[in-house]
Amino acid sequence: MIDHFARIGRSTLTHISDLGRASLMLGQAIFGRSNVGVHWRLIIDQVYVVGVLSLSIIVVSGLFIGMVLGLQGFTILTNYGSEQALGQMVALSLTRELGPVVTALLFAGRAGSALTAEIGLMKATEQLASLEMIGVDPLRRVIAPRFWAGFWSLPILSLVFVSVGCLGGALVGVSWLGVDSGSFWANMQSSVDFYDDVCNGIIKSIVFAIVVTWIAVYQGYSLIPTSEGIALATTRTVVFSSLAVLGLDFFLTAVMFGDI
Amino acid sequence: MKASSATLRGQIKSKSLIMSIEIPFVEIDNISFRHHNRVIYESLSASVPRGKITAIVGPSGTGKTTLLRLIGGQLRPESGDLRVDGVSVQSLKRGELFVLRRRMGMLFQSGALFAELSVFENVAFPLRVHTNLDDELIRIVVLMKLEAVGLRGAEYLMPSELSGGMKRRVALARAIALDPDVIMYDEPFVGQDPIGLGVLLSLVKQLNQALGLTSIVVSHDLQETLSIADHVIMVANSVVAFEGSPESMKASSDLLVQQFLNGRPDGPVRFHFPARPLSEALS
Repeated sequence: MIDHFARIGRSTLTHISDLGRASLMLGQAIFGRSNVGVHWRLIIDQVYVVGVLSLSIIVVSGLFIGMVLGLQGFTILTNYGSEQALGQMVALSLTRELGPVVTALLFAGRAGSALTAEIGLMKATEQLASLEMIGVDPLRRVIAPRFWAGFWSLPILSLVFVSVGCLGGALVGVSWLGVDSGSFWANMQSSVDFYDDVCNGIIKSIVFAIVVTWIAVYQGYSLIPTSEGIALATTRTVVFSSLAVLGLDFFLTAVMFGDI
Repeated sequence: MKASSATLRGQIKSKSLIMSIEIPFVEIDNISFRHHNRVIYESLSASVPRGKITAIVGPSGTGKTTLLRLIGGQLRPESGDLRVDGVSVQSLKRGELFVLRRRMGMLFQSGALFAELSVFENVAFPLRVHTNLDDELIRIVVLMKLEAVGLRGAEYLMPSELSGGMKRRVALARAIALDPDVIMYDEPFVGQDPIGLGVLLSLVKQLNQALGLTSIVVSHDLQETLSIADHVIMVANSVVAFEGSPESMKASSDLLVQQFLNGRPDGPVRFHFPARPLSEALS
Protein backbone atom coordinates (compact mmCIF):
# COMPACT_ATOMS: atom_id res chain seq x y z
CA MET A 1 0.00 0.00 0.00
CA ILE A 2 2.78 2.39 1.00
CA ASP A 3 4.67 1.38 -2.14
CA HIS A 4 1.62 2.25 -4.21
CA PHE A 5 1.46 5.76 -2.69
CA ALA A 6 5.22 6.14 -3.13
CA ARG A 7 4.88 5.29 -6.82
CA ILE A 8 2.08 7.83 -7.28
CA GLY A 9 4.15 10.44 -5.45
CA ARG A 10 7.23 9.71 -7.52
CA SER A 11 5.25 9.86 -10.74
CA THR A 12 3.63 13.18 -9.71
CA LEU A 13 7.03 14.66 -8.83
CA THR A 14 8.44 13.48 -12.18
CA HIS A 15 5.59 15.12 -14.06
CA ILE A 16 5.96 18.37 -12.12
CA SER A 17 9.72 18.46 -12.71
CA ASP A 18 9.10 17.67 -16.42
CA LEU A 19 6.71 20.60 -16.61
CA GLY A 20 9.31 22.81 -14.92
CA ARG A 21 12.03 21.68 -17.34
CA ALA A 22 9.73 22.23 -20.33
CA SER A 23 8.88 25.74 -19.09
CA LEU A 24 12.55 26.58 -18.56
CA MET A 25 13.40 25.28 -22.02
CA LEU A 26 10.67 27.36 -23.64
CA GLY A 27 11.60 30.43 -21.60
CA GLN A 28 15.29 30.19 -22.55
CA ALA A 29 14.40 29.50 -26.18
CA ILE A 30 12.07 32.43 -26.73
CA PHE A 31 13.36 35.07 -24.31
CA GLY A 32 17.14 34.63 -24.71
CA ARG A 33 19.41 36.92 -26.72
CA SER A 34 19.53 36.28 -30.47
CA ASN A 35 20.68 37.63 -33.77
CA VAL A 36 17.33 38.92 -35.06
CA GLY A 37 18.24 38.76 -38.77
CA VAL A 38 19.44 35.17 -38.59
CA HIS A 39 16.53 34.25 -36.35
CA TRP A 40 13.90 35.45 -38.85
CA ARG A 41 15.50 33.51 -41.68
CA LEU A 42 15.43 30.33 -39.59
CA ILE A 43 11.76 30.95 -38.67
CA ILE A 44 10.80 31.41 -42.32
CA ASP A 45 12.58 28.16 -43.23
CA GLN A 46 10.64 26.36 -40.53
CA VAL A 47 7.32 27.97 -41.51
CA TYR A 48 7.85 26.31 -44.88
CA VAL A 49 8.58 22.93 -43.26
CA VAL A 50 5.79 22.84 -40.66
CA GLY A 51 3.27 25.14 -42.35
CA VAL A 52 3.51 25.04 -46.13
CA LEU A 53 4.22 21.31 -46.25
CA SER A 54 1.14 20.67 -44.06
CA LEU A 55 -1.13 22.56 -46.46
CA SER A 56 -2.09 19.58 -48.60
CA ILE A 57 -3.38 17.46 -45.71
CA ILE A 58 -5.21 20.48 -44.27
CA VAL A 59 -6.87 21.38 -47.59
CA VAL A 60 -7.95 17.82 -48.36
CA SER A 61 -9.23 17.21 -44.81
CA GLY A 62 -11.03 20.58 -44.74
CA LEU A 63 -12.72 19.84 -48.03
CA PHE A 64 -13.99 16.42 -46.98
CA ILE A 65 -15.09 17.54 -43.51
CA GLY A 66 -16.99 20.45 -45.09
CA MET A 67 -18.64 18.04 -47.55
CA VAL A 68 -19.62 15.63 -44.78
CA LEU A 69 -21.03 18.52 -42.74
CA GLY A 70 -23.05 19.62 -45.77
CA LEU A 71 -24.42 16.13 -46.26
CA GLN A 72 -25.22 15.40 -42.61
CA GLY A 73 -26.56 18.90 -41.98
CA PHE A 74 -28.84 18.74 -45.00
CA THR A 75 -30.30 15.39 -43.88
CA ILE A 76 -31.07 16.70 -40.38
CA LEU A 77 -32.22 20.19 -41.36
CA THR A 78 -34.56 18.81 -44.03
CA ASN A 79 -36.55 17.10 -41.24
CA TYR A 80 -37.34 20.54 -39.87
CA GLY A 81 -37.76 22.18 -43.26
CA SER A 82 -34.85 24.52 -42.63
CA GLU A 83 -32.28 23.34 -45.16
CA GLN A 84 -31.61 26.98 -46.08
CA ALA A 85 -29.83 27.27 -42.71
CA LEU A 86 -27.21 24.80 -43.97
CA GLY A 87 -24.64 27.56 -44.62
CA GLN A 88 -25.01 28.82 -41.05
CA MET A 89 -24.59 25.32 -39.61
CA VAL A 90 -21.51 24.51 -41.69
CA ALA A 91 -19.81 27.85 -41.02
CA LEU A 92 -20.43 27.93 -37.27
CA SER A 93 -19.36 24.31 -36.81
CA LEU A 94 -16.15 24.99 -38.69
CA THR A 95 -15.17 28.39 -37.25
CA ARG A 96 -16.03 27.60 -33.64
CA GLU A 97 -15.00 23.95 -33.31
CA LEU A 98 -13.92 21.79 -36.15
CA GLY A 99 -11.54 24.26 -37.76
CA PRO A 100 -9.28 24.89 -34.76
CA VAL A 101 -9.60 21.40 -33.25
CA VAL A 102 -9.18 19.21 -36.34
CA THR A 103 -6.40 21.42 -37.71
CA ALA A 104 -4.56 21.15 -34.39
CA LEU A 105 -4.99 17.36 -34.34
CA LEU A 106 -3.76 17.06 -37.92
CA PHE A 107 -0.91 19.47 -37.18
CA ALA A 108 0.13 17.35 -34.17
CA GLY A 109 0.17 14.23 -36.33
CA ARG A 110 1.88 15.75 -39.37
CA ALA A 111 4.16 18.53 -38.15
CA GLY A 112 4.41 17.86 -34.38
CA SER A 113 5.65 14.31 -34.80
CA ALA A 114 8.08 15.45 -37.52
CA LEU A 115 9.47 18.17 -35.23
CA THR A 116 10.01 15.67 -32.40
CA ALA A 117 11.68 13.15 -34.70
CA GLU A 118 13.92 15.78 -36.31
CA ILE A 119 15.10 17.30 -33.03
CA GLY A 120 15.48 13.80 -31.54
CA LEU A 121 17.60 12.66 -34.45
CA MET A 122 19.75 15.78 -34.12
CA LYS A 123 20.25 14.85 -30.46
CA ALA A 124 20.99 11.20 -31.24
CA THR A 125 23.59 12.14 -33.86
CA GLU A 126 25.22 14.63 -31.44
CA GLN A 127 24.34 17.62 -33.63
CA LEU A 128 22.83 19.47 -30.66
CA ALA A 129 25.93 18.76 -28.54
CA SER A 130 28.06 19.84 -31.48
CA LEU A 131 26.18 23.16 -31.69
CA GLU A 132 26.80 23.72 -27.98
CA MET A 133 30.51 23.06 -28.40
CA ILE A 134 30.68 25.46 -31.34
CA GLY A 135 29.31 28.09 -28.95
CA VAL A 136 25.79 28.20 -30.39
CA ASP A 137 22.82 27.77 -28.08
CA PRO A 138 20.63 25.00 -29.57
CA LEU A 139 17.62 26.41 -27.74
CA ARG A 140 17.97 29.62 -29.74
CA ARG A 141 19.11 28.05 -32.98
CA VAL A 142 16.95 24.90 -33.15
CA ILE A 143 14.07 25.12 -30.67
CA ALA A 144 13.01 28.78 -30.92
CA PRO A 145 12.57 28.93 -34.73
CA ARG A 146 10.52 25.74 -34.70
CA PHE A 147 8.35 27.00 -31.86
CA TRP A 148 7.64 30.33 -33.57
CA ALA A 149 7.00 28.60 -36.90
CA GLY A 150 4.31 26.44 -35.25
CA PHE A 151 2.91 29.47 -33.43
CA TRP A 152 2.37 31.37 -36.71
CA SER A 153 1.48 28.45 -38.97
CA LEU A 154 -1.29 26.70 -37.06
CA PRO A 155 -3.76 29.64 -36.89
CA ILE A 156 -3.22 30.30 -40.62
CA LEU A 157 -3.72 26.61 -41.43
CA SER A 158 -6.87 26.70 -39.33
CA LEU A 159 -8.26 29.62 -41.37
CA VAL A 160 -7.43 27.73 -44.58
CA PHE A 161 -9.21 24.66 -43.18
CA VAL A 162 -12.35 26.67 -42.35
CA SER A 163 -12.41 28.39 -45.76
CA VAL A 164 -11.97 25.15 -47.69
CA GLY A 165 -14.52 23.43 -45.41
CA CYS A 166 -17.12 26.12 -46.24
CA LEU A 167 -16.46 25.56 -49.93
CA GLY A 168 -16.86 21.79 -49.40
CA GLY A 169 -20.18 22.38 -47.61
CA ALA A 170 -21.35 24.58 -50.50
CA LEU A 171 -20.22 22.03 -53.06
CA VAL A 172 -22.40 19.32 -51.51
CA GLY A 173 -25.28 21.51 -50.23
CA VAL A 174 -25.68 23.86 -53.19
CA SER A 175 -24.24 22.06 -56.21
CA TRP A 176 -25.34 18.53 -55.34
CA LEU A 177 -28.33 18.67 -52.98
CA GLY A 178 -29.88 21.80 -54.46
CA VAL A 179 -29.94 24.21 -51.50
CA ASP A 180 -30.50 27.75 -52.76
CA SER A 181 -27.11 29.41 -53.25
CA GLY A 182 -28.31 32.83 -52.07
CA SER A 183 -29.81 31.38 -48.86
CA PHE A 184 -26.69 29.31 -48.18
CA TRP A 185 -24.22 32.21 -48.41
CA ALA A 186 -26.54 34.92 -47.01
CA ASN A 187 -27.35 32.80 -43.94
CA MET A 188 -23.69 32.13 -43.44
CA GLN A 189 -22.79 35.81 -43.73
CA SER A 190 -25.51 37.00 -41.36
CA SER A 191 -24.99 34.38 -38.66
CA VAL A 192 -21.21 34.32 -38.36
CA ASP A 193 -19.98 37.10 -36.09
CA PHE A 194 -16.40 38.22 -36.69
CA TYR A 195 -15.52 38.75 -33.03
CA ASP A 196 -17.60 36.02 -31.37
CA ASP A 197 -16.96 33.28 -33.89
CA VAL A 198 -13.95 34.00 -36.10
CA CYS A 199 -11.79 35.69 -33.45
CA ASN A 200 -12.64 33.10 -30.79
CA GLY A 201 -11.73 30.38 -33.29
CA ILE A 202 -8.40 32.09 -33.95
CA ILE A 203 -7.74 32.44 -30.21
CA LYS A 204 -8.38 28.70 -29.82
CA SER A 205 -5.95 28.03 -32.67
CA ILE A 206 -3.26 30.19 -31.08
CA VAL A 207 -3.62 28.34 -27.77
CA PHE A 208 -3.47 24.98 -29.55
CA ALA A 209 -0.45 26.16 -31.57
CA ILE A 210 1.47 27.04 -28.39
CA VAL A 211 0.61 23.77 -26.66
CA VAL A 212 1.16 21.41 -29.60
CA THR A 213 4.46 22.97 -30.70
CA TRP A 214 5.69 23.22 -27.12
CA ILE A 215 4.98 19.53 -26.53
CA ALA A 216 6.62 18.57 -29.85
CA VAL A 217 9.87 20.49 -29.32
CA TYR A 218 10.17 19.48 -25.66
CA GLN A 219 9.64 15.81 -26.43
CA GLY A 220 12.33 16.01 -29.11
CA TYR A 221 14.78 17.94 -26.94
CA SER A 222 14.42 15.75 -23.84
CA LEU A 223 14.15 12.28 -25.37
CA ILE A 224 16.57 9.43 -24.73
CA PRO A 225 18.79 9.53 -27.85
CA THR A 226 18.16 6.02 -29.15
CA SER A 227 15.90 4.72 -31.92
CA GLU A 228 13.46 3.45 -29.30
CA GLY A 229 13.61 6.80 -27.49
CA ILE A 230 12.76 8.67 -30.70
CA ALA A 231 9.84 6.33 -31.45
CA LEU A 232 8.46 6.73 -27.93
CA ALA A 233 8.83 10.51 -27.96
CA THR A 234 7.10 10.82 -31.34
CA THR A 235 4.18 8.76 -30.07
CA ARG A 236 4.03 10.82 -26.87
CA THR A 237 3.92 14.02 -28.92
CA VAL A 238 0.83 12.88 -30.85
CA VAL A 239 -0.94 11.41 -27.79
CA PHE A 240 -0.20 14.29 -25.39
CA SER A 241 -0.97 16.94 -28.02
CA SER A 242 -4.28 15.34 -28.99
CA LEU A 243 -5.39 15.00 -25.37
CA ALA A 244 -4.28 18.54 -24.58
CA VAL A 245 -6.14 19.94 -27.60
CA LEU A 246 -9.38 18.12 -26.76
CA GLY A 247 -9.20 19.02 -23.06
CA LEU A 248 -8.34 22.66 -23.72
CA ASP A 249 -11.06 22.85 -26.35
CA PHE A 250 -13.68 21.98 -23.77
CA PHE A 251 -12.29 24.56 -21.35
CA LEU A 252 -12.05 27.30 -24.00
CA THR A 253 -15.51 26.53 -25.40
CA ALA A 254 -16.96 26.75 -21.91
CA VAL A 255 -15.32 30.15 -21.39
CA MET A 256 -16.08 31.55 -24.86
CA PHE A 257 -19.51 30.18 -25.64
CA GLY A 258 -20.80 28.65 -22.42
CA ASP A 259 -21.63 31.91 -20.61
CA ILE A 260 -19.65 30.95 -17.52
CA MET B 1 68.10 53.11 -23.02
CA LYS B 2 65.98 52.00 -25.90
CA ALA B 3 67.84 48.71 -26.02
CA SER B 4 67.49 48.07 -22.30
CA SER B 5 63.72 48.75 -22.31
CA ALA B 6 63.36 46.39 -25.26
CA THR B 7 65.36 43.79 -23.31
CA LEU B 8 63.10 44.33 -20.28
CA ARG B 9 59.97 43.96 -22.40
CA GLY B 10 61.45 40.80 -23.89
CA GLN B 11 62.24 39.43 -20.43
CA ILE B 12 58.70 40.18 -19.18
CA LYS B 13 57.22 38.61 -22.28
CA SER B 14 59.29 35.44 -22.02
CA LYS B 15 58.63 35.25 -18.28
CA SER B 16 54.85 35.49 -18.79
CA LEU B 17 55.15 33.00 -21.63
CA ILE B 18 57.01 30.55 -19.43
CA MET B 19 54.42 31.05 -16.66
CA SER B 20 51.53 30.51 -19.07
CA ILE B 21 53.22 27.38 -20.43
CA GLU B 22 53.74 26.08 -16.89
CA ILE B 23 50.11 26.56 -15.88
CA PRO B 24 48.12 23.56 -17.12
CA PHE B 25 45.43 24.42 -19.65
CA VAL B 26 42.86 22.32 -17.81
CA GLU B 27 43.01 21.88 -14.04
CA ILE B 28 40.66 19.36 -12.47
CA ASP B 29 40.58 19.72 -8.73
CA ASN B 30 38.76 17.15 -6.57
CA ILE B 31 35.64 16.92 -8.68
CA SER B 32 32.82 14.53 -7.89
CA PHE B 33 30.09 13.67 -10.33
CA ARG B 34 27.25 11.19 -10.37
CA HIS B 35 24.76 10.24 -13.04
CA HIS B 36 21.37 8.80 -12.03
CA ASN B 37 22.75 8.11 -8.53
CA ARG B 38 25.72 6.21 -10.00
CA VAL B 39 29.06 7.59 -8.88
CA ILE B 40 31.17 8.42 -11.94
CA TYR B 41 33.92 10.45 -10.23
CA GLU B 42 34.84 10.71 -6.58
CA SER B 43 37.32 13.48 -5.76
CA LEU B 44 39.06 13.19 -9.12
CA SER B 45 42.06 15.43 -9.75
CA ALA B 46 44.17 15.73 -12.90
CA SER B 47 45.66 18.32 -15.18
CA VAL B 48 46.05 18.77 -18.92
CA PRO B 49 49.34 20.45 -19.86
CA ARG B 50 49.24 23.36 -22.28
CA GLY B 51 50.31 22.75 -25.87
CA LYS B 52 50.61 18.98 -25.43
CA ILE B 53 48.61 15.94 -26.50
CA THR B 54 46.93 14.39 -23.48
CA ALA B 55 45.39 10.94 -23.78
CA ILE B 56 42.51 10.00 -21.49
CA VAL B 57 42.30 6.23 -21.31
CA GLY B 58 40.59 3.67 -19.13
CA PRO B 59 38.19 0.72 -19.13
CA SER B 60 34.78 1.12 -20.79
CA GLY B 61 32.13 2.87 -18.76
CA THR B 62 34.53 4.76 -16.51
CA GLY B 63 33.35 8.14 -17.79
CA LYS B 64 36.09 9.28 -20.17
CA THR B 65 33.63 11.02 -22.49
CA THR B 66 31.92 12.41 -19.38
CA LEU B 67 35.23 14.05 -18.49
CA LEU B 68 35.31 15.79 -21.89
CA ARG B 69 31.74 16.97 -21.37
CA LEU B 70 32.67 18.31 -17.93
CA ILE B 71 35.61 20.21 -19.44
CA GLY B 72 33.29 21.61 -22.14
CA GLY B 73 30.75 22.64 -19.50
CA GLN B 74 28.01 20.44 -20.96
CA LEU B 75 27.88 18.77 -17.55
CA ARG B 76 28.59 20.33 -14.18
CA PRO B 77 30.41 18.57 -11.31
CA GLU B 78 28.60 18.19 -7.99
CA SER B 79 31.65 19.44 -6.12
CA GLY B 80 35.23 20.44 -6.75
CA ASP B 81 36.67 22.89 -9.24
CA LEU B 82 37.36 22.50 -12.95
CA ARG B 83 39.33 25.33 -14.57
CA VAL B 84 39.95 25.84 -18.27
CA ASP B 85 42.76 28.34 -18.87
CA GLY B 86 42.25 29.59 -15.32
CA VAL B 87 38.47 30.04 -15.72
CA SER B 88 36.29 28.05 -13.35
CA VAL B 89 33.86 26.36 -15.78
CA GLN B 90 31.10 25.48 -13.33
CA SER B 91 30.78 29.06 -12.12
CA LEU B 92 30.07 30.42 -15.62
CA LYS B 93 26.60 31.52 -16.65
CA ARG B 94 25.02 29.99 -19.77
CA GLY B 95 26.02 32.90 -22.02
CA GLU B 96 29.60 33.00 -20.65
CA LEU B 97 29.91 29.27 -21.24
CA PHE B 98 29.03 29.69 -24.92
CA VAL B 99 31.71 32.38 -25.19
CA LEU B 100 34.32 30.07 -23.59
CA ARG B 101 33.36 27.26 -25.96
CA ARG B 102 34.36 29.38 -28.94
CA ARG B 103 37.92 28.74 -27.77
CA MET B 104 37.32 24.98 -27.74
CA GLY B 105 36.92 22.54 -30.58
CA MET B 106 35.42 19.11 -30.19
CA LEU B 107 35.49 16.15 -32.49
CA PHE B 108 32.59 13.83 -31.74
CA GLN B 109 32.75 10.09 -32.33
CA SER B 110 30.10 10.27 -35.07
CA GLY B 111 31.48 13.49 -36.52
CA ALA B 112 28.15 15.19 -35.68
CA LEU B 113 28.07 17.04 -38.99
CA PHE B 114 24.91 19.01 -39.75
CA ALA B 115 23.05 16.70 -42.10
CA GLU B 116 21.33 19.42 -44.15
CA LEU B 117 24.57 21.36 -44.86
CA SER B 118 27.28 20.51 -47.39
CA VAL B 119 30.87 19.84 -46.36
CA PHE B 120 31.78 23.46 -47.18
CA GLU B 121 28.86 24.89 -45.20
CA ASN B 122 29.58 22.64 -42.23
CA VAL B 123 33.11 24.02 -41.97
CA ALA B 124 31.90 27.56 -42.67
CA PHE B 125 29.18 27.33 -39.99
CA PRO B 126 31.26 28.51 -36.96
CA LEU B 127 32.73 31.34 -39.07
CA ARG B 128 29.30 32.52 -40.24
CA VAL B 129 27.91 32.42 -36.70
CA HIS B 130 30.80 33.96 -34.77
CA THR B 131 32.59 36.28 -37.21
CA ASN B 132 31.70 39.10 -39.57
CA LEU B 133 33.97 37.84 -42.34
CA ASP B 134 32.67 38.35 -45.88
CA ASP B 135 31.90 35.38 -48.11
CA GLU B 136 35.18 35.59 -50.01
CA LEU B 137 37.25 35.46 -46.83
CA ILE B 138 35.13 32.65 -45.41
CA ARG B 139 35.72 30.69 -48.62
CA ILE B 140 39.48 31.10 -48.28
CA VAL B 141 39.50 30.01 -44.60
CA VAL B 142 37.23 27.02 -45.27
CA LEU B 143 39.32 25.81 -48.20
CA MET B 144 42.48 26.14 -46.11
CA LYS B 145 40.94 24.09 -43.30
CA LEU B 146 39.69 21.46 -45.75
CA GLU B 147 43.14 21.38 -47.37
CA ALA B 148 44.66 20.71 -43.94
CA VAL B 149 42.53 17.57 -43.56
CA GLY B 150 42.94 16.56 -47.21
CA LEU B 151 39.31 17.06 -48.23
CA ARG B 152 39.33 20.27 -50.28
CA GLY B 153 38.01 18.27 -53.22
CA ALA B 154 34.96 17.16 -51.21
CA GLU B 155 33.64 20.66 -50.49
CA TYR B 156 30.37 20.15 -52.42
CA LEU B 157 29.54 16.72 -51.02
CA MET B 158 26.82 16.19 -48.43
CA PRO B 159 27.62 14.39 -45.13
CA SER B 160 25.55 11.38 -46.27
CA GLU B 161 27.98 10.92 -49.17
CA LEU B 162 31.05 10.64 -46.91
CA SER B 163 32.65 7.61 -45.28
CA GLY B 164 33.02 7.51 -41.49
CA GLY B 165 36.67 8.57 -41.64
CA MET B 166 35.93 11.43 -44.04
CA LYS B 167 33.13 12.65 -41.77
CA ARG B 168 35.58 12.84 -38.88
CA ARG B 169 38.08 14.74 -41.00
CA VAL B 170 35.41 17.25 -42.04
CA ALA B 171 34.36 17.53 -38.40
CA LEU B 172 38.01 18.14 -37.54
CA ALA B 173 38.20 20.92 -40.13
CA ARG B 174 35.06 22.45 -38.59
CA ALA B 175 36.51 22.09 -35.07
CA ILE B 176 39.62 24.08 -36.05
CA ALA B 177 37.72 26.66 -38.12
CA LEU B 178 37.87 29.27 -35.36
CA ASP B 179 41.49 28.41 -34.43
CA PRO B 180 40.62 27.14 -30.93
CA ASP B 181 43.06 26.91 -28.02
CA VAL B 182 42.08 23.35 -27.20
CA ILE B 183 40.64 20.52 -29.21
CA MET B 184 38.96 17.49 -27.67
CA TYR B 185 38.71 14.21 -29.56
CA ASP B 186 36.08 11.68 -28.47
CA GLU B 187 37.11 8.23 -29.71
CA PRO B 188 38.47 9.52 -33.03
CA PHE B 189 39.92 6.18 -34.16
CA VAL B 190 36.90 3.91 -33.63
CA GLY B 191 35.96 1.80 -36.67
CA GLN B 192 38.80 3.08 -38.86
CA ASP B 193 40.73 0.94 -41.30
CA PRO B 194 44.56 1.09 -40.95
CA ILE B 195 44.86 3.86 -43.56
CA GLY B 196 42.09 5.98 -42.02
CA LEU B 197 43.57 5.43 -38.57
CA GLY B 198 47.01 6.48 -39.78
CA VAL B 199 45.57 9.61 -41.41
CA LEU B 200 43.74 10.65 -38.25
CA LEU B 201 46.77 9.93 -36.04
CA SER B 202 49.04 12.09 -38.17
CA LEU B 203 46.39 14.83 -38.36
CA VAL B 204 46.07 14.98 -34.58
CA LYS B 205 49.84 15.18 -34.24
CA GLN B 206 50.37 17.68 -37.06
CA LEU B 207 47.55 20.01 -35.99
CA ASN B 208 48.83 20.00 -32.44
CA GLN B 209 52.29 21.03 -33.56
CA ALA B 210 51.35 23.40 -36.39
CA LEU B 211 48.62 25.30 -34.55
CA GLY B 212 50.14 25.10 -31.07
CA LEU B 213 46.95 23.53 -29.75
CA THR B 214 46.29 21.71 -26.54
CA SER B 215 44.82 18.35 -27.54
CA ILE B 216 42.82 15.93 -25.41
CA VAL B 217 42.21 12.51 -26.91
CA VAL B 218 39.79 9.99 -25.42
CA SER B 219 40.44 6.63 -26.99
CA HIS B 220 40.37 2.88 -26.53
CA ASP B 221 43.03 2.38 -29.19
CA LEU B 222 45.77 2.33 -26.61
CA GLN B 223 48.93 1.70 -28.61
CA GLU B 224 48.05 4.24 -31.31
CA THR B 225 47.02 6.89 -28.81
CA LEU B 226 50.11 6.42 -26.67
CA SER B 227 52.30 6.72 -29.78
CA ILE B 228 51.29 10.39 -30.20
CA ALA B 229 50.52 11.35 -26.59
CA ASP B 230 52.80 13.47 -24.40
CA HIS B 231 50.74 12.95 -21.27
CA VAL B 232 48.38 10.18 -20.14
CA ILE B 233 45.50 10.22 -17.68
CA MET B 234 44.08 6.80 -16.88
CA VAL B 235 40.64 6.85 -15.29
CA ALA B 236 39.31 3.81 -13.42
CA ASN B 237 37.08 3.15 -10.42
CA SER B 238 35.92 6.81 -10.29
CA VAL B 239 39.45 8.20 -9.75
CA VAL B 240 42.65 8.81 -11.68
CA ALA B 241 44.49 5.48 -11.60
CA PHE B 242 47.56 6.85 -13.34
CA GLU B 243 48.84 10.19 -14.60
CA GLY B 244 52.16 10.79 -16.30
CA SER B 245 54.09 10.24 -19.50
CA PRO B 246 53.41 7.25 -21.81
CA GLU B 247 56.87 5.89 -20.95
CA SER B 248 56.25 5.96 -17.21
CA MET B 249 52.85 4.34 -17.79
CA LYS B 250 54.47 1.46 -19.63
CA ALA B 251 57.03 1.13 -16.83
CA SER B 252 54.41 1.26 -14.08
CA SER B 253 54.09 -1.76 -11.81
CA ASP B 254 50.50 -0.92 -10.87
CA LEU B 255 48.36 -4.03 -11.43
CA LEU B 256 45.46 -2.07 -12.90
CA VAL B 257 47.71 -0.23 -15.34
CA GLN B 258 49.38 -3.48 -16.36
CA GLN B 259 46.03 -5.26 -16.82
CA PHE B 260 44.85 -2.44 -19.03
CA LEU B 261 48.07 -2.17 -21.04
CA ASN B 262 48.29 -5.91 -21.64
CA GLY B 263 44.58 -6.44 -22.15
CA ARG B 264 44.25 -9.14 -19.49
CA PRO B 265 40.63 -10.27 -19.05
CA ASP B 266 40.83 -10.57 -15.28
CA GLY B 267 42.61 -8.57 -12.60
CA PRO B 268 41.70 -5.49 -10.59
CA VAL B 269 38.98 -4.96 -13.23
CA ARG B 270 36.97 -8.17 -12.80
CA PHE B 271 35.85 -10.33 -15.72
CA HIS B 272 32.64 -11.32 -13.91
CA PHE B 273 29.95 -8.83 -13.04
CA PRO B 274 29.37 -9.06 -9.27
CA ALA B 275 27.02 -12.01 -8.60
CA ARG B 276 26.25 -14.84 -6.16
CA PRO B 277 28.49 -17.94 -6.51
CA LEU B 278 27.49 -20.06 -9.53
CA SER B 279 26.82 -23.17 -7.39
CA GLU B 280 24.44 -21.15 -5.25
CA ALA B 281 22.68 -19.69 -8.31
CA LEU B 282 22.24 -23.13 -9.90
CA SER B 283 20.97 -24.88 -6.75
